[in-house]
Amino acid sequence: MADSNLLRFRDDAVPDEPAVSLDSFFDQSNATAVRIEAGDDVKRLIPVLDRIRLVEIDFPKFRDGRGFSSARILREAGYTGEIKATGDVLVDLVWFMRRCGFDSFAPDVPLNLADVETALGHYPYVYQDAADGAVPIWALRHPELRHGTAESA
Amino acid sequence: MYRYDHYDQAMVDARVAEFREQTRRRIEGHLTDDQFKPLRLKNGLYLQLHAYMLRVAIPYGTVNSRQMRMLGHIARKYDRGYGHVTTRQNMQYNWIKLEEAPDILADLASVEMHAIQTSGESIRNVSADQYAGAAADEIIDPRPWAEVIRQVTTFMPEFSYLPRKFKIAVIASEEDRAALRWHDFAIRIVKNDAGEIGFECYAGGGMGRTPIIAYKIRDFLPPTQILSYLQAVLRVWNRNARRDNIHKQRMKILVLELGEEEFRRQVEEEFQTFLAMGQDVPQAEYDRVAAYFAPPPFETGLSDEIDRSDPDFALWVDRQTVRHKAPGYAIVNISLKPIAGIPGDISADQMDIVADLAETYSFDEVRATHAQNLVLPHVRKADLYAVWQALDAAGLADVNLDLVTDIIACPGLDYCSLANARSIPVAQKIAERFADIERQQDIGELKIKISGCINACGHHHAGHIGILGVDRKGTENYQLLLGGSGAEDVSQAKIAGPGFDEEGIVGAVERAVERYRELREPGERFIDTYRRVGFESFKESIYG
Repeated sequence: MADSNLLRFRDDAVPDEPAVSLDSFFDQSNATAVRIEAGDDVKRLIPVLDRIRLVEIDFPKFRDGRGFSSARILREAGYTGEIKATGDVLVDLVWFMRRCGFDSFAPDVPLNLADVETALGHYPYVYQDAADGAVPIWALRHPELRHGTAESA
Repeated sequence: MYRYDHYDQAMVDARVAEFREQTRRRIEGHLTDDQFKPLRLKNGLYLQLHAYMLRVAIPYGTVNSRQMRMLGHIARKYDRGYGHVTTRQNMQYNWIKLEEAPDILADLASVEMHAIQTSGESIRNVSADQYAGAAADEIIDPRPWAEVIRQVTTFMPEFSYLPRKFKIAVIASEEDRAALRWHDFAIRIVKNDAGEIGFECYAGGGMGRTPIIAYKIRDFLPPTQILSYLQAVLRVWNRNARRDNIHKQRMKILVLELGEEEFRRQVEEEFQTFLAMGQDVPQAEYDRVAAYFAPPPFETGLSDEIDRSDPDFALWVDRQTVRHKAPGYAIVNISLKPIAGIPGDISADQMDIVADLAETYSFDEVRATHAQNLVLPHVRKADLYAVWQALDAAGLADVNLDLVTDIIACPGLDYCSLANARSIPVAQKIAERFADIERQQDIGELKIKISGCINACGHHHAGHIGILGVDRKGTENYQLLLGGSGAEDVSQAKIAGPGFDEEGIVGAVERAVERYRELREPGERFIDTYRRVGFESFKESIYG
């Protein structure tokens, strides 16, 4: 893996074990990193999430949005380890990916970090829940209905 | 109607800034054309044959006069002085410069409008009944739920790169004026025996090259579960759709492959997951939105009398106005189908006049219809004559609602890079052939829909008479279809036989219409007669 391509939003140590394919992962009881190809059923991982440190989710083409569902499903199932987007990852996907639970990025072509920062700063609010904990606009409008809601975005 | 609060405004303002930035990166060469394409499409910018087209969202077809004037302003300043009402109740412009697009979006944002997700593989503008809030037959106004859906489907991260486009419609009447079951996902608001409001849901419809009528996936969904349900549908589709062939990626194809029962089962399973997360929009938010759609202060005690002494006015009243729920009021349909005009086109000056009329006579509201006309939803009957005179002076008083010259047509080869044949000239020639209003009235309701290619933007599958333009060895050829409907009696039109050239198709339509006049029984529309007697009874007349 080319470290220069890595954009990471985590403080813990970078996992150093190579990610194995989904099928291999179930053959190797000591594997802690797994690679999800577009079309793989990420739900197979749900029973074994506690042994995983890294899930790489590949985007073969930036227009192939299956990986967004894969990441969000993992977060909804309680996975707190790293989710890394690989492949054809572009600047304008990063905001959506962050919202779906991706917290590291290792694209085929390095991202322009200044452009990423700008792209992540555009939207002050969100219209719906995802996997990033952002409070949706409807809840900001009705703070009495949701625990812990405060307009601090 | 709905008004943005500071949250909604912040989101459209951010969108303008984002697109300005994306356009800058494209112009400076940091984004390839292929990478930029989905970004511009999701802001309504579509590359046609001669220029960019910009499709502006008109959520559930409702605009106020200030917004209508802005649409006119955009037509004047950035286009060639006119716009075009689309079958998704939107407004599109055909001669846009890419470098000016961010400024146009900024102008739109200044009147609480946008072009978000009006093209590309996204959740499109939610369409609805154009008579919402005025129709005598509606259970509730469907627009508040449509607005809630608009908001929650805006920039959905998980569904930001869907397999294909996804179209949603919402109605609340038995009568379907929104082509409900031709949508990927559709809601008919119903009331159960206990008097509770619920959503009858349909899924997997769509036109294009594989026309499918949506099937009923759920009888009664509690409205405050709609976000969970919609996400369940979208997730099943997003995860399981093919990604290798753009023509096989609409949700209808997945429903076809999995089967209705299996698709429903998977949706229900995901639905339980989403419900358990407790992220649905609560009743209180619906109530907040619904308050904006409270009925306008209709006057009471008004007379239903209309002075019909002017025969031209009486003709217009009988055809273009529809019963309103409030006594003394009428719904006014404004035809954008002048004989020999371009279906759905409206000039900037006409937009201003419609805006003025809405402000003076219709509680500041205008509606766009999927049949490419406009509506003034709340006009006092006592004001109809003044409204008619103003429309007549502006060239907007044509009398043809739902008649043979009220034709839906896509832009076709005159504008569109996908088209195989022109649509507009065919619509014009048919309209000229049937221009005589007495003949039109005798023929009665007859919906002709014309597409210039198999993508079916002109809804030919849903036409009582559909016309499909194809390329036949380098020349434009037109297939005739019969028996479709986009209304509550939904059906898919079938191809009648060999195609025709441009002159030939006009004659074929006329022969089909004349055959109907021979065969019809009292009270039968074209589609009724066709369904009763079947295709064979028409075939010989059409093909001789």
